[in-house]
Amino acid sequence: MSVFALISSILTITLRAGTSLIYATVGEIYTERSGILNLGLEGMMLMGAVTAFATAFYTGSLWLALLVAVIVGGLLAALHAFLCVTMRANQVVSGLSITLFGSGLASFLGQRLGPASNNYFLVGMVGPKFTPIPIPFLNSLPLIGAFFNQDILTYIVYLLMPLAWFYLYKTRAGLSLRAVGESPQTADAMGIDVVRTRYLYTILGGMLTGLGGAHLSLAYTPGWTENLTGGRGWIVIALVIFAMWNPGRAVLGAVLFGGINAVQFRLQAAGTAIPAAFLNMLPYLTTILVLVVMTWWEALSKRIGAPAALGKAYMREEK
Amino acid sequence: MKQRLIEFWNSPVIDALLPVLATLAALLVGALMLLALGANPLVAYGALLDGAFGSLNSIADTLVRATPLLFVGVGICIAFRGGVTNIGGEGQLVVGALCATMVGLTFPDGPALVVVPLALLAGFLGGAVWGGIPGLLKAHFNVNEILSTVMMNQIAVQGMNFLLIGPLIDPVQLERASRIPQTARISAAFDLPRLAPTRLHLGTFLAIVMAVLVYILLWRTTLGYRIRAVGLNREAARYAGINVPRHIALSLALSGAMAGLAGAVQIFGVNFRMFTDGSATGFTGSAGFHGIVAALFGQLHPLGTIPASFFFGGLLVGANRLQRAVQVPAALIVTLNGLVVVFVVGTELWRQQRARRRVVERPSEHDEPSLTAIPPTAASLEGKA
Repeated sequence: MSVFALISSILTITLRAGTSLIYATVGEIYTERSGILNLGLEGMMLMGAVTAFATAFYTGSLWLALLVAVIVGGLLAALHAFLCVTMRANQVVSGLSITLFGSGLASFLGQRLGPASNNYFLVGMVGPKFTPIPIPFLNSLPLIGAFFNQDILTYIVYLLMPLAWFYLYKTRAGLSLRAVGESPQTADAMGIDVVRTRYLYTILGGMLTGLGGAHLSLAYTPGWTENLTGGRGWIVIALVIFAMWNPGRAVLGAVLFGGINAVQFRLQAAGTAIPAAFLNMLPYLTTILVLVVMTWWEALSKRIGAPAALGKAYMREEK
Repeated sequence: MKQRLIEFWNSPVIDALLPVLATLAALLVGALMLLALGANPLVAYGALLDGAFGSLNSIADTLVRATPLLFVGVGICIAFRGGVTNIGGEGQLVVGALCATMVGLTFPDGPALVVVPLALLAGFLGGAVWGGIPGLLKAHFNVNEILSTVMMNQIAVQGMNFLLIGPLIDPVQLERASRIPQTARISAAFDLPRLAPTRLHLGTFLAIVMAVLVYILLWRTTLGYRIRAVGLNREAARYAGINVPRHIALSLALSGAMAGLAGAVQIFGVNFRMFTDGSATGFTGSAGFHGIVAALFGQLHPLGTIPASFFFGGLLVGANRLQRAVQVPAALIVTLNGLVVVFVVGTELWRQQRARRRVVERPSEHDEPSLTAIPPTAASLEGKA
């Protein structure tokens, strides 16, 4: 295999593996930008994955499946928003409880929604899936071709990234969102509805996360297995930091994580001596390093993107 | 009479009962889910109660199941009281278990009276290191400990996967070439003593002793006073001459140590070997997360965490019986537990408002732990130290 072909194949897998991560990362960036930390991603992704697969399995409609995943992700996020914004519960604990609840419910549904012939289990069923749609001519270019040999959800990512960036930094609504995450008091005084904004973007984040989960069960590894996400929800938490809360940079992190997946595939095939566990560790170690550098850098220049009010409940002065 | 009823309703007793009320509400929702599945909720919950507390054996099982929750929960109390949030219980538990297993496997012929305490100490230290790293990063670089402990969890899982497939793998697995990722069984001489014929082991008592010790540490020693002072107000603590970074790092390290101890006790009291399914949950059963919930239930008080852990342990143990009784997938129980947590978290605001009202009415009220006043939300995510 030529070097080009090798890199190209690694790149193809990288993009495929990174797609679900990017959806969830962009979603979580928006959520955190509004000042809400959502640690429930793992549960929400699993729920998105299982409901999407079940829908596709029974209706045969992939688009309906995506819709269901988006709604389910949005609903779980709405629950988180209700607990954190309205009930002013601790965001960390609320997020964890969503993860516990979501992953429990997902595995419950996986054991219940399947056909009677399979003991009602969804595991092992084969349903419709998104297949790569090569774009003629472009897909035969060296290296770049990898970008044009993907499924439709990955193509949508190419559009989503610049849009998400533009919306956050170049529109009035994006400015309001950043204001709410930065200083809810000021935003409130300016007439921005803090509660509404936080609900809105937490739910939006959940919808995108559900979509990310759906990509896993409909495209990346079609089908449903217990713990399908394999900790991707936690990876996303790391990716958001890695991207420094900038949707434009989310692609870097996702490519890093996805790339490690892809390289690992190759290394395993080649029977290398480097244990996969150490490769898997790298992203998390890097994230901790990024956290250290970031806080250090922030002490110098103060501008990195972390929303100042992240994780803090907002309440107007008591009457 | 009416006056007395109102007084009772406003008293802290009801506050302590709020989590229980929230649980009942969650169980009500669970009953609807059971009905939807065509199961009789009364039969189901009867089975749950019976499975958790119905016989000597089931009570013992509940206590055993509660033990790691209690260890982790007590550690969570230390962290939260110190003004930091420890989400790394899962990783600390795994590291503690690994360290303890290694000690157990290294000295298979040593005297149990030496090796077992040494192994528990190793677990304690392993957890302390795994919690202490985010602690030091928090103290000296102001790295957000919520995020770093989450990362440390994942790193621990990968380390575990490597060790259990590689250097620590059971030689028997190698012979059979089945390569199930688990270690050899530790010598049976090291098993923690059991209260025959039940499965109740010494670790449960150790956990209770730890809860009492941590209570004494936090409220009866200077060190504990300083940790709480840092937790309540870092600026004031610094002004009072307390070394704030040191106490931040220390409270996370101690918190991790408790979780590490939980892992060590799981090995020597329950599993007798380390194993994995590739995730942390396979070994911990999410004890690192459930422990946080138990601590919350116990109002972030080590002594309150004792009954709270037993309550949760009962829920987990009873769930198995429920599943057999009405033939619903076991995952429903995990869902139910999650639901309980969601409801408990939901009542937090109500509890705070009541506490605030009481303070207004009776200014001499003792200090009231509250999740939002104790900083996971406010201080720990704050940009500036």
